[in-house]
Amino acid sequence: MTEIITPPIKSSIGRTVRTEEMLLNMGPQHPSMHGVLRLELVIDGEIVVDVVPQIGYLHRCFEKHAESMTNYQQVVPYVDRMDYCAAMNMDFGYVIAVEKLLGIKVPERVEYIRVIMAELQRIASHLIAAGTYGLDIGAWTPFLYMFRDRERILDLYEMTCGARLLYNYMWVGGVSHDLPPGFIDKAKDFCKYFRPKIEEYNNLLSFNEIFIKRTANVGVLPADVAIAYGVSGPVLRGSGVNFDLRRDDLYSIYNRFEWEPQIGKGEMGTVGDCWDRYIVRIREMEQSINIVEQALNQIPDGDVASAIPKRIRPNPGDVYARTESARGELGFYVVSDGSGKPFRVKGRSPCFVHLSVLPEISRGSMIADMIAIAGSLDIVLGEVDR
Amino acid sequence: MTPQEISDKLKQKFPDAILEIKIEGVVDPYIKISPSNLKDIALYLRDDPDFQFDFLMCLSGMDYTKGTLGVVYNIFSMKKKHKVNLKVDVPKDKAEVPSIASVWPAANWHEREAYDLIGVKFLDHPDMRRILMPDDWDGHPLQKDYKVPEYYQGMKVPY
Repeated sequence: MTEIITPPIKSSIGRTVRTEEMLLNMGPQHPSMHGVLRLELVIDGEIVVDVVPQIGYLHRCFEKHAESMTNYQQVVPYVDRMDYCAAMNMDFGYVIAVEKLLGIKVPERVEYIRVIMAELQRIASHLIAAGTYGLDIGAWTPFLYMFRDRERILDLYEMTCGARLLYNYMWVGGVSHDLPPGFIDKAKDFCKYFRPKIEEYNNLLSFNEIFIKRTANVGVLPADVAIAYGVSGPVLRGSGVNFDLRRDDLYSIYNRFEWEPQIGKGEMGTVGDCWDRYIVRIREMEQSINIVEQALNQIPDGDVASAIPKRIRPNPGDVYARTESARGELGFYVVSDGSGKPFRVKGRSPCFVHLSVLPEISRGSMIADMIAIAGSLDIVLGEVDR
Repeated sequence: MTPQEISDKLKQKFPDAILEIKIEGVVDPYIKISPSNLKDIALYLRDDPDFQFDFLMCLSGMDYTKGTLGVVYNIFSMKKKHKVNLKVDVPKDKAEVPSIASVWPAANWHEREAYDLIGVKFLDHPDMRRILMPDDWDGHPLQKDYKVPEYYQGMKVPY
């Protein structure tokens, strides 16, 4: 990094003060960085001149692990650990890729269970995103409210498969456990309980004057830049692009439910600012509740293990399958060489892509706004580094 | 446009650059192209009004063993809602592919990752550094014949 020395300025007490750009490392251990991420900031006073994200602190080379497994199923727990805040969505993406490669169709009941689980996970993940975003900006209370409600979703998962964070629940061709007795009633109770809570979050955080002042007109990401950088999910929709893989590149059974993708409209400032990205997540939770409620009412009976293959041995070939995870387009490029273990698995993680757009939207902002911008992208470092 | 129409149109424009078109009998159709024409093809795919491929979904480096590396591009059009998959093969001892980061900025980090883990060099890339591994790491871990070094900077590598 070359340092540009600006001419000295005269201070108000008559002395000349030398000013210059300086390099500041934010992270890798920083309370508002959502994990081990280092941002190299070139700053001129309070103004961010340039940002260089340095990643890789959490790199485990999941792709190498996947190649050294003995079969396709064993990759699922590693996939879980990519985005640990939305492990169900990760599983979903991977099993869909392998099923596409195998050409198998899963039973109706499994499709419904997967949609219910994935949408509940989306709510849980957005609760973390919105809660910690409040924390980043200085609002401590909403975080507690949101974690209180997320707990109920984790309870539902625990009664289904025993795990609260990393589930290994979706298997190739099915799911590991059928829904336990009482799950449907409990999930319906949750939907009824959760719907009014969104109003509570809005009162606490979304329409809070200070929060709006901190996020509106900050970090504006124009739609064309977003598309060129491959941005997806709530961040893309926050920029006003009406695009959701659940509708526009249909997978599973999302066409059977009534719901609307939410987009940023620039209500508090400019389209594509931090507030828009935030509010898209809050409104998406309501849509997810709609999907869960419809799925709970429609779910048929059936055997959840009937389509699980005894031996997974796809024909040689490759597939790129993408799903809408809580953070955006999660793609898996899986290559088979005809043997029982994957030849290559590449995870295309949304957060990795979103982080690459960070320099583009934070140049010229203040350091404090930088925190607001990074938080609004909602990155999970486990997924960025894989 | 269907995969057939896309490959026909591409073949018409770049008759020499298309090495293989595979549509039948595979899960995802793909077009294999020669690396020297990659950037022209990418620009054509992005700017032609019939194609409008504006969204690079994924870019994966590949080690096909037997001395061949490769790069796979999965590209999507937000406006037209169609997809195309491009493949490029290069010999391992001269693994160089032109960068398409100037066509789709999304490729910037993906190419750095492919370089880091597979070892394909991208020519004219704005910032060709390692991204996930430490800067002074030896070798490219996702190559099939990669051996984990015993020591890194005098520290024992755990396994």
